[in-house]
Amino acid sequence: MSERQVVPALIRRALNELIRVPGAAIPGVLAPTIFMLGLTAVFGQVTHLPGFNGLDQYIAFVLPVGLLQGAGFTGAATGVNMARDIEQGWFDRLLLAPVSRPMLLAGIVGSASLRALIPTTTLVLVGMAFGVKFPGVAELFIAASLVMILAACTACWGAIIALKFRTQQAAPLMQIGSFVAVLFTAAYAPIGMLQPWLHTVATINPVNYVLTGVRQGFIGSVTWADTWPAYVAGFGLLAVLGTFAVRGMRRTGQ
Amino acid sequence: MTGASLALARRALLVTLRRPQFLAPLLIFPTLLLAVNTGGLSQATALPGFPTIDGQPPVFFDFQLAAAMSQSLLLGGVGTGIAVALELEMGFFERLVAAPIPRVSIVFGRLLAAAVIACLQLTWFVLLGVIFGAGIYDGIPGLLIVYGIGALAGIGFAGIGVTLALRAGNASTVQGFFPLVFVILFLSSAFFPEALLSSPADVIAHYNPLSYVANGMRAPIIGYGGTKAVLEGFAAAFGLAVLFAATATHALRGRLRAG
Repeated sequence: MSERQVVPALIRRALNELIRVPGAAIPGVLAPTIFMLGLTAVFGQVTHLPGFNGLDQYIAFVLPVGLLQGAGFTGAATGVNMARDIEQGWFDRLLLAPVSRPMLLAGIVGSASLRALIPTTTLVLVGMAFGVKFPGVAELFIAASLVMILAACTACWGAIIALKFRTQQAAPLMQIGSFVAVLFTAAYAPIGMLQPWLHTVATINPVNYVLTGVRQGFIGSVTWADTWPAYVAGFGLLAVLGTFAVRGMRRTGQ
Repeated sequence: MTGASLALARRALLVTLRRPQFLAPLLIFPTLLLAVNTGGLSQATALPGFPTIDGQPPVFFDFQLAAAMSQSLLLGGVGTGIAVALELEMGFFERLVAAPIPRVSIVFGRLLAAAVIACLQLTWFVLLGVIFGAGIYDGIPGLLIVYGIGALAGIGFAGIGVTLALRAGNASTVQGFFPLVFVILFLSSAFFPEALLSSPADVIAHYNPLSYVANGMRAPIIGYGGTKAVLEGFAAAFGLAVLFAATATHALRGRLRAG
């Protein structure tokens, strides 16, 4: 098997799990859906505040947060699966294969990107059932691609933690990383309405730019000014976390 | 029964304190949400219909403290359930059943420990409140009210966890109820005033005992709601404690009958 065949093979293996254990995908779908609907039910009236500039649907504002949370859960699940493979010895066999470590990581991370489309599809459908307008094909493509990039980032984070601790017990650490990264943004309100400390955190948090890129099509029209920073932030985060994950892979077994 | 319950409560507490990684999520997640909610939506107090005290809206952080406490207590219930389920899985429960102690003390010991853990959780949020400038409007008596309602609610939520654990017999099933915590929270007035919730959440929140627990703990913190909110809080928390202590005891009897 050539190196190029390894990535699809690993993606297929991860996706097979979804077919064999469909229940494994439920938490990653259920939690962001509950969060999206719950936030809308609780804080729906805040759109009457001046900072929301006349936005009439809070669910359209928080749906993108749910999409990124779905990506976070998917990435964390990938990390947990990797830790399980490490615990059960399967990962050691994988490392013995004549394949470069970055390729192995690409297969694992690629599966997370694809899996993230499950919560994405579900949340968009649920959102539309609750009145969110269809954002348009191009807008949806931008949102989905950014979610896939973020899922790859969180899978890299999960891999870093899995390789460091080598146990599934580190799962909360994987989840809390994406939880913090997604929520310490302009998740609940436009950035101008945030308290100064959160405004500062959101400004330096690359996930905030990804969120802005995902959100734009749901609350208005897509602009180049909101799109390119989202991709730069997403790919930048992926480059940094990917580098650390590859380093962790290279150190494993040495 | 009291001696055995106290001994088992002490054991449960020691086990929890020896493994702080199980205690940390009960504090970390609500603290993070408290930070995000207050950092993001502090201007929400300007909404028409938001409660005012002497004509002024409360500080949103003060308002949210009771929400964080309620969330932490609910998570504590799940944690207690998982602890009991793990004892079942590891066979420790069988040894307890074989011991010459009243069997209900197995449940009551757990619930007593949950009350103490609930007080520790509440202390964390009171300290956070003090550090970040929240004033406890009713002072020390108000603080005692918060602890009273919180400890009773902690027993009630732990009762739910114990019931689930004894019925299911495994930790993963109890863990599966984790998302339900957020459903219960979002369908209550813990995070936001009932009058400002969207329909039908406002109607459900009106009948959700967690709303009364949260409002009862919030009343002495922000000075809104008065004696009525406190009494309703105590009544709801006491009701939860009695009801779910009974269901946990019933579940224990069922498990013992099943052998």
